[in-house]
Amino acid sequence: MAGDAPLLDVRDLSVSFRSGGRDVPIIENVSFAVCEREILGIVGESGSGKSVTAMAIMRLIDDPGVTLRGSVRFRGQELTTLPQKAFRTIRGREIAMIFQDPMTAFTPVYTVGWQIDEAIRVHERLSKAEARARTVRLLGDMGVPDPERTANRYPHQLSGGLRQRAMIAMALSCNPALLIADEPTTALDVTVQAQILDLLRNLRTDYGSAVMLITHDMGVVAETCDHVMVLYSGRVAERGPAAAIFSQPAHPYTAALLDSIPPLTGPRPTRLPSIAGAPPAPLERPPGCAFAPRCHYAHAACDILPPLVRCAEQEVACVLPGEGKALPPRMTERVEA
Amino acid sequence: MNGPVDTAPPGPWQTAFRALGGNRSAMMALAVLVLIVVLSLIAPFYAHDIAHTDPFRANVAGSFMLDGRAVDIMQANDNPLHLGMTPAGPTWRPSAYMLGSDSQGRDVAARLLYGGRISLLISFSAAVLCIVIASIVGILAGFFGGFVDMVLSRLMDIMWAVPVYLFAISLSIVTISDGLKIGPFTIEADNLLIPIAIIALVYMPYAARPIRGRVMALRNADFVMAARSLGVPRWRILLVDILPNVASSIVVLAPLMAALALLTESALSFLSIGVQTPTASWGTIIQDGEGLIYSRPMVAIAPGLAIVIVVVALNVLGDGLRDALDVRETSKRGT
Repeated sequence: MAGDAPLLDVRDLSVSFRSGGRDVPIIENVSFAVCEREILGIVGESGSGKSVTAMAIMRLIDDPGVTLRGSVRFRGQELTTLPQKAFRTIRGREIAMIFQDPMTAFTPVYTVGWQIDEAIRVHERLSKAEARARTVRLLGDMGVPDPERTANRYPHQLSGGLRQRAMIAMALSCNPALLIADEPTTALDVTVQAQILDLLRNLRTDYGSAVMLITHDMGVVAETCDHVMVLYSGRVAERGPAAAIFSQPAHPYTAALLDSIPPLTGPRPTRLPSIAGAPPAPLERPPGCAFAPRCHYAHAACDILPPLVRCAEQEVACVLPGEGKALPPRMTERVEA
Repeated sequence: MNGPVDTAPPGPWQTAFRALGGNRSAMMALAVLVLIVVLSLIAPFYAHDIAHTDPFRANVAGSFMLDGRAVDIMQANDNPLHLGMTPAGPTWRPSAYMLGSDSQGRDVAARLLYGGRISLLISFSAAVLCIVIASIVGILAGFFGGFVDMVLSRLMDIMWAVPVYLFAISLSIVTISDGLKIGPFTIEADNLLIPIAIIALVYMPYAARPIRGRVMALRNADFVMAARSLGVPRWRILLVDILPNVASSIVVLAPLMAALALLTESALSFLSIGVQTPTASWGTIIQDGEGLIYSRPMVAIAPGLAIVIVVVALNVLGDGLRDALDVRETSKRGT
């Protein structure tokens, strides 16, 4: 997506927690940018720091032992040093967030509509009736059938898909420029998942919102995202346009991730290739490339932390392209939807 | 906080009360409690218009009419030595000395009703006061955590370290002689506020702990995170997201606290460091009956039974409330 200054510009973001007298680094020097109306996918295994990245941007981590370093700029404004009060006007109004489990993201004691009304009225001086009118319209836009009745229902009376739609409606209630979606489809079944992804894709045209989509599902990324950032053990492994990354992954980890998706065409493999081993715990991260212990291509050069280097269309934290031994392109080209 | 609008489906509170209505034992307990409260409320009516006695005046020389005969309230003892006097036993007729007389010739039945007023007033008020203080302490400690939590929790630990009855008895003994002086205000020693405040205070940590725990869990709930991510100010999260969600725990605690408060009140009054004479409470009546336990056991048994019935009813009601208000369970039933 074109755009001169990015909407959100994250530079060298590091988060560490104090635990047992030591600083445990959760994410290290993560940098990325989200442009207006762009969908950025953040992919990684559990514990790779996806959610922590999102929470750090929203400043939702209130652990007393947390240390945050780096810069987060939103429309050129530095967010990390903004006073609490000023930051509250950003939350919800400029950047909103939706969560993995829509069941627990609503308080059980009020109706869904009441909660969305409240979210609107936190930021805008509207009467109850005006807020409710917008709530109903939003729910309708999100494809909720009979929005007026649904608004009067309690969270436990809605299905998972409806709840997630209501959650997105709540996040969009003040028309934020950026929506951070933390695994929005993980708790849903596949058909509903596809509908919700459609909804997210259409947000940029209908609401002009950019989306930061956090997921561990490469299929979801392929279907929705313009750009992808692959995180491994709290560090950026690779980032670039989705099409490039899917057709020609430059990091062995990305390639391995893509290989572990069952192919839709051709002979079915009897056993899907999997990545041997497990990601290192934050304290046991090797000083060099964190993926090296699991990597087929690991060699002496991997003992030094590889910087992000440009390789074709994307940037990759791997020594292979620099050594002229880039990975072969994948057989399956990205199918344009 | 106005909740849903007219056409809304039943909210969690409505659902809970419907569930409670369907719980037969809880409803029975509630009926028993209401009956006892009503009986206590009509105590003056009973004393003046049915039993025709003054339950607060000694009447050792008097007599009352039974089946057209005058019967002495204090009767010659029937032991072989004929030493001392025994008060009249139960007549089982509401018109006079239904449950007999105590050692001062007062109508035990009338005193029982008057005692119920005081005992229930003290225990219910103490429970309410206790729950209010505990909610404030528990919510503040749980929500703000850190330093606030540390100070409040250590304070509660200190209170917890002292056995409840020992604590209550010490406080009562201190306040029993001079009352309580708080700056320019003095609460007289015979003021009911003193036992109420003491009971509320000693049970505060027991109610505050579970509330604090619940708030701590809620503070990390996704919907609190969602509210924060929408820029909702902290005080508003406290009022809108946290408070209604702990309300169910608070409501469940209330009857259990009332039961504990009733037991403590009776104990303090029995030890004559709670309610002061001539005021009657169930505890003081039991104390009156202590010396008559072999000759006229009804004086001690009647208030004892009243305490047992109310405590059991409050516990059954509390269990019913807990079942009815379990939000997680209803959500499972709903979908």
